[in-house]
Amino acid sequence: MLLEVEGLCVNYGHIEAIRDISFGVEEGTVVTLIGANGAGKTTTLKTLSGLRKVREGKVTFDGKDITHLPPFERVKMGLSQSPEGRGIFPGMSVRENLGMGAYTRRDKPAIAADFDRVMALFPRLEERIDQVAGTMSGGEQQMLAMGRALMARPRVVLLDEPSMGLAPKLIAQIFSIITEINEQGTTVLLVEQNAAQALKRAHTAHVLETGEIVRSGSGSELAGDDSVKAAYLGGDI
Amino acid sequence: MDLGALFGSFDNFVSFTIGGLVFGAIYALIALGYTMVYGVLQLINFAHSEVFMYGTFAVAWTFIFVHGTSDASWSLGEALPTLLLALVMAMLVSAGVALLLERAAYRPLLKKGAPKLIALISAIGASFALAEAMGLRDRFAGWVGLEDDLANYVSPGKARDVYSNPVGIDPKGLFDIGGYTVTDVDLLIIVAALLMMVALDQFVRRTRFGRGIRATAQDPESAALMGVNSTRVVQLTFLIGGLMAGAAATLYMMKIGSTRQNAGFILGVKAFTAAVMGGIGNLRGALLGGLVLGVMENWGAAVFGSQWRDVVAFVLLVLILLVRPSGLLGESLGKARA
Repeated sequence: MLLEVEGLCVNYGHIEAIRDISFGVEEGTVVTLIGANGAGKTTTLKTLSGLRKVREGKVTFDGKDITHLPPFERVKMGLSQSPEGRGIFPGMSVRENLGMGAYTRRDKPAIAADFDRVMALFPRLEERIDQVAGTMSGGEQQMLAMGRALMARPRVVLLDEPSMGLAPKLIAQIFSIITEINEQGTTVLLVEQNAAQALKRAHTAHVLETGEIVRSGSGSELAGDDSVKAAYLGGDI
Repeated sequence: MDLGALFGSFDNFVSFTIGGLVFGAIYALIALGYTMVYGVLQLINFAHSEVFMYGTFAVAWTFIFVHGTSDASWSLGEALPTLLLALVMAMLVSAGVALLLERAAYRPLLKKGAPKLIALISAIGASFALAEAMGLRDRFAGWVGLEDDLANYVSPGKARDVYSNPVGIDPKGLFDIGGYTVTDVDLLIIVAALLMMVALDQFVRRTRFGRGIRATAQDPESAALMGVNSTRVVQLTFLIGGLMAGAAATLYMMKIGSTRQNAGFILGVKAFTAAVMGGIGNLRGALLGGLVLGVMENWGAAVFGSQWRDVVAFVLLVLILLVRPSGLLGESLGKARA
């Protein structure tokens, strides 16, 4: 397991946001967490990146215990995130935003290679390279957030709701890029409300309900599960 | 408008303007500390005035250490080597106080997720504590038995009185604008302040640490996800504010020549005003706000009488904020474009 979560409990103020969650992310795969709003998906990703304090449980990355490491140490180890709501730096240009993605790195030639790779994945960003990021459309900002996360050359990239607020055509495009990223060798942990697309792309999937994992399986298994269909897929896959 | 009639004569107008720019430059350097910390933490560091005040003492102490306590009057050329040493000392002392503040008064609170209001109270408390510690420095020296050895520095029994640099710096006229003679001291203050500002501006825009500061100001959580060490960024922000305040203290002592334990208060309030006027969180706003404030209050003093100086400064602040609530240049530190 590249990333392993055991018995994780996280509080948000006095409220238990996630309770006793355990799952693993195998190297080279796409793993997805699906669930309704407020189920604890974003809290899980924020905790994995070190932005939320763990009350109980353990997070292991590449065999090392990272439960209490600060976020910047995790980035250096190869864990990066494209956060919910994109979290781009609105006052910086697209180029500067991508540069921030490589903030912890010093290997200039490899950074340049990753820059080219991101340009190839998102040709749209190349057109906008010197635009101020805050003035771009939602879809472009989403591409920037994902490209920026890849600039860290992560071993696992955490994607929080990349399809949120996008037009259907763009959603399809974003998901095919996720598959492409994975095929290029990056492990993906994807959090989604768009369960249909997420399950189609994922090797392994987990359903979160009110802070607990209630069902796990392969993407196709869960896509065929009646209760998952009823709750998340509207029965129309 | 007939400036001559308003200011007595046109020469007076020029003289008050240049005098205002000199003070404005000092306000601006102090304002940078307020604006940087606000940009990164959205927190008003009310103890920043004390960071400046400690710097002014460091300048006086350096001159006493080099020269002794007999009164003297040096030209700028003669004083320059000692001034440079004083600049270094003041920057070190102010930066040290600023880092201590961050460590003792802020970090423990922010770590626990305390509301910003609590940090503000902590800042006010730290401000009083630092000022009083300076006012009681003779007692502290007494406790460790160094009262006599350090008498020149701690002024036993008179630690709360005005404390002067024994060396006065005698300004020399360089050239005339209108009928006003610009002195070497005035020119040095304005040029030095501008150079510091340009250096800081470039640092924030061009270096890796500068990008980390801007990213944290724009979105602290995203910055952390990029691998920016937020504790380092906050420390660096306090450090820079302290360095700038130390430089401001040196320039202030060149011009005024004396200080005391409460000298930071009014300067701090003015510098804070300058920061808000320019747009708090905005580096260039701090410069503009400082210069505008310095000039306007000097004009106010000229037209209405010097007792109206502070009234003019604060009325101006209120008027500017009524028209432009986010300050003259508005944007935050992070949003300033490279």
